[in-house]
Amino acid sequence: MSQSLDAYLVVSGILFAIGTFGFLARRNAISMLMSIELMLNAVNLSIVAFGAFIPALNGTASVIALMVMAVAAAEATVGLAIVMAIYRNRRTPLVDEYDSMRQ
Amino acid sequence: MPIPDTVPILGASWNDVLFAVLAAVLLGSALLVVTLRDIIRCGLALIVAFGSLAGIYVLLGAPLVAAAQVLVYIGAIAVLILFAVMLTQAKNAPVRLVFQAQALPAAIAAIVLAVMIALTASATDWGAVTKQIATGTDALARLLFTSYILPFEIVSVLLLMAVVGGIFLARREGRDA
Repeated sequence: MSQSLDAYLVVSGILFAIGTFGFLARRNAISMLMSIELMLNAVNLSIVAFGAFIPALNGTASVIALMVMAVAAAEATVGLAIVMAIYRNRRTPLVDEYDSMRQ
Repeated sequence: MPIPDTVPILGASWNDVLFAVLAAVLLGSALLVVTLRDIIRCGLALIVAFGSLAGIYVLLGAPLVAAAQVLVYIGAIAVLILFAVMLTQAKNAPVRLVFQAQALPAAIAAIVLAVMIALTASATDWGAVTKQIATGTDALARLLFTSYILPFEIVSVLLLMAVVGGIFLARREGRDA
């Protein structure tokens, strides 16, 4: 089981779907950011799995995974800063109460 | 005492058992992240998910990626998220509803997505070998600092921009930085 690419890809797909659900369903902006992190991790898992099982991708996959991690760190920094800036103005972390641009 | 080749009672190899346990912990804690009511607990479950994913990277023969996962995700991103939770959640405002009204359609869509990805991933012939190949840290470093030096530098500039942008966005208005 641990020696087949499919098992890792299925785990990665389920993790991505869980992240999608969290992003669509949660009301709290920080929960949505956590769900985005889960989705990024799922993609990273599939990249590393491809690198471990396809010889032509062996080293490249790890490089790409490290790049994704760095970009995820940048995304988390800016995303959380935006959430805190909105929180300072609106006094709530719930995204469905950010409705000042609604008709 | 030498460790036996297979797990004594189950008869499966150690890697299979480790993979099953780590995958179960990963998916279970990910589910907790998206369903728990208390957002601090969501953040702690997120740390568990990151940790078990680092274990899966070790199983995949990528120890450097696993180390970076622990350092970057657990050490930096999870701590950052927990700090943001403490700064933004109002203490006296109980969150009545954790989920939006679209939670049920979102759950159905997520299940459909998971089934589709699983079916596609298992039906496709990826040309994969059956014995996984480990990624040596030496070869990885060589690749990172020769073939991929330009993306590496771009990522470092991106991180600098993210730091500056984060400070600019998060500072208070009406006061000198």
